Amino acid sequence: MVDPLLVLAQALNGMQFGVMLFLMAAGLTLVFGIMNLVNLAHGSFYMIGAYVAATTFQTTHSFLLAVVVGMAAGAAVGVAVEIAVFRRLYARDHLDQVLATFGLILFFNEMVRMIWGPTALYATVPEFLAGQVQILPGAPYPAYRLAIIGVGLAVAALLYVVVGKTRLGMLIRAGASNREMVGALGINVKILYTLVFGLGAGLAALAGLMAGPIFTVESGMGEHVLILAFVVIVIGGIGSIRGAFVAALLVGFVDTMGRAFLRPLLAIVMTASAADDAGPALASVLIYLLMAAVLFFRPRGLFPPRTR
Amino acid sequence: MTRTGVIAAAVLALAAGPAMAQQKTVKIGFITTLSGPAGIIGKHMKDAADLALKELHGKMDGLKAEIIYGDDQFKPDVGRQVAEEMLKRDKVNFVTGIIWSNVLLAVRQPVLSSGTILISANAGPHELAGPLCAPNFFSTSWQNDETPEAMGQFMTEHKITDVYLMAPNYAAGKDMLSGFKRYFKGKIAAEVYTRMGQSDYQAEISNIRAAKPKAVFVFMPGGMGIQFMKQYAQSGLRDQIPLYSVFTADETTLPAVDGAAAGNYEAGFWNYDLKNPANKKFVADFRKSYGYIPSYYAAQSYDAINLIDSAVRAVHGNLKNAKGMLAAIDKADYASVRGPYKYNTNHFPIENFYLFKIGKTPDGVYARKTIGVIFHDHKDAYYKECHMAK
Repeated sequence: MVDPLLVLAQALNGMQFGVMLFLMAAGLTLVFGIMNLVNLAHGSFYMIGAYVAATTFQTTHSFLLAVVVGMAAGAAVGVAVEIAVFRRLYARDHLDQVLATFGLILFFNEMVRMIWGPTALYATVPEFLAGQVQILPGAPYPAYRLAIIGVGLAVAALLYVVVGKTRLGMLIRAGASNREMVGALGINVKILYTLVFGLGAGLAALAGLMAGPIFTVESGMGEHVLILAFVVIVIGGIGSIRGAFVAALLVGFVDTMGRAFLRPLLAIVMTASAADDAGPALASVLIYLLMAAVLFFRPRGLFPPRTR
Repeated sequence: MTRTGVIAAAVLALAAGPAMAQQKTVKIGFITTLSGPAGIIGKHMKDAADLALKELHGKMDGLKAEIIYGDDQFKPDVGRQVAEEMLKRDKVNFVTGIIWSNVLLAVRQPVLSSGTILISANAGPHELAGPLCAPNFFSTSWQNDETPEAMGQFMTEHKITDVYLMAPNYAAGKDMLSGFKRYFKGKIAAEVYTRMGQSDYQAEISNIRAAKPKAVFVFMPGGMGIQFMKQYAQSGLRDQIPLYSVFTADETTLPAVDGAAAGNYEAGFWNYDLKNPANKKFVADFRKSYGYIPSYYAAQSYDAINLIDSAVRAVHGNLKNAKGMLAAIDKADYASVRGPYKYNTNHFPIENFYLFKIGKTPDGVYARKTIGVIFHDHKDAYYKECHMAK
């Protein structure tokens, strides 16, 4: 009854959604895990990346340049905000951090409206990714979304190498396990924090600039994805890149499959009109049910970093 | 400020209150959304209302007229608070604007019970067209169901069948699809409700591709529409299955969608290319002042201010004569940009609905182009439930 090509297409959709979430969640989980900072303004870097890249692409017509400039802008704003604001917040409790970073959301949303105006910005896919690719005969898939999957997986592999095999990665993992000890061993924690923060902001900007051509580039666009990114890091275990990756794909799949197949499945066991009502309602809470279930069996997430 | 200072200020404000109420100024409270993503709609409305007042030289029947803007932040509770402030502090004579049905339903009670005249310049929930209709409530727009009804009628007339329906899962989304189904007599391939504020529609688009309908009809307002239309075009489906929509491809969203909406169909009661003298003047002045094409949100707001002006003129500036003003409004005796129209017994306009197609204008921007009339003098489906005599 269910078309296998449709299942394949939906699996790709889930994967594409998942890798986008991963790019957002990677920075968030590092910042939360290492610096113990709740950063609600992470979505602002996503928004800044999208705006700067869309503007750069419009003026220069070079997508690659737009990617570089967008990421750099996101990372630069991240570093600037870390130095100006977040350094004062590390020692404070989470409620203060939530308040301050919520203020930053308002600040950045208004800033974007002042610079670019209230109209949503036009962002388009580059010519070379505009078409569809026949993944199987009769199953076309947008090339741009395949590219997102490729970039997302490449970034995940890169992060795996950086975090697992390099000195910087060692410090990051050490920081997630025991911050005080890293400082006591003579590591300049301040610079480490700024670096990690810039990296996370750059990844969020990358997610945002890739999202620009498919979603709406508008003030406040980061908040939609931020909530899901928090769900991802809670499921994955706060501070764990590997956990963020697995959880992001899991959330991407569950959400997409729920939206695609839950209503027809429910229609088998109940009347069509009841399924019409229950399907979308249930699909939209599916990932939260997933989070609740994971937290019930593994209260610290799927892959919590070892701490002492 | 010290505690005594606060009390002193309050006493002064209270003492000044009645004196201010007697000032000869027409005060219009204009509630819209000015912040957040939907702020673009508020900008269209505010620009149009400002333009209307400017063309009246800031005066209505010789009285100074003033528009006080309030931002509802897309929230019913904030809208209600703004309305109460306007009533108590500013002592407004009229309340207008209001984009969202849920905001209008929240604002309705305090405004109407104070006897102030409420004119919706957009929202048209069925409650206010039916059992909750009121002598001092009017609309310069439409009842929510009417625009999708027009699209349903058009698709029935053109024997377009096997249509896939989609809307966000909230009250207006369901109203829109039920309005469509009231006049659509063909086969419905599926009826899908998506999450409110959803940004990625690729899963739904894959399902549409698999279902192979002959046409797709959606209601995706604001940012949701921008996303859906872009993704629909990117999936390549736009060239295979035509897209019909309401409140989705308009002048607030098209700048962000550009060519991705080319060839889509829309319906509505007004368009910038309608050829009546009032509209030609409005569109020309608007484009000259603001440099962009006005949307129906702008047209409805421009009409609201001019409708209020006609009421103030009818009573010769005697703002105490609410009855006289209401009688004047009911005649709709002003140069509406949609052309002349009449009010139904429930105070919603009886008006034409048109079909539009999205295409490029000579200036190189994408806009709605009027193709033809679907309904002449259309009445909404609820006026019989309203117990007001004409």
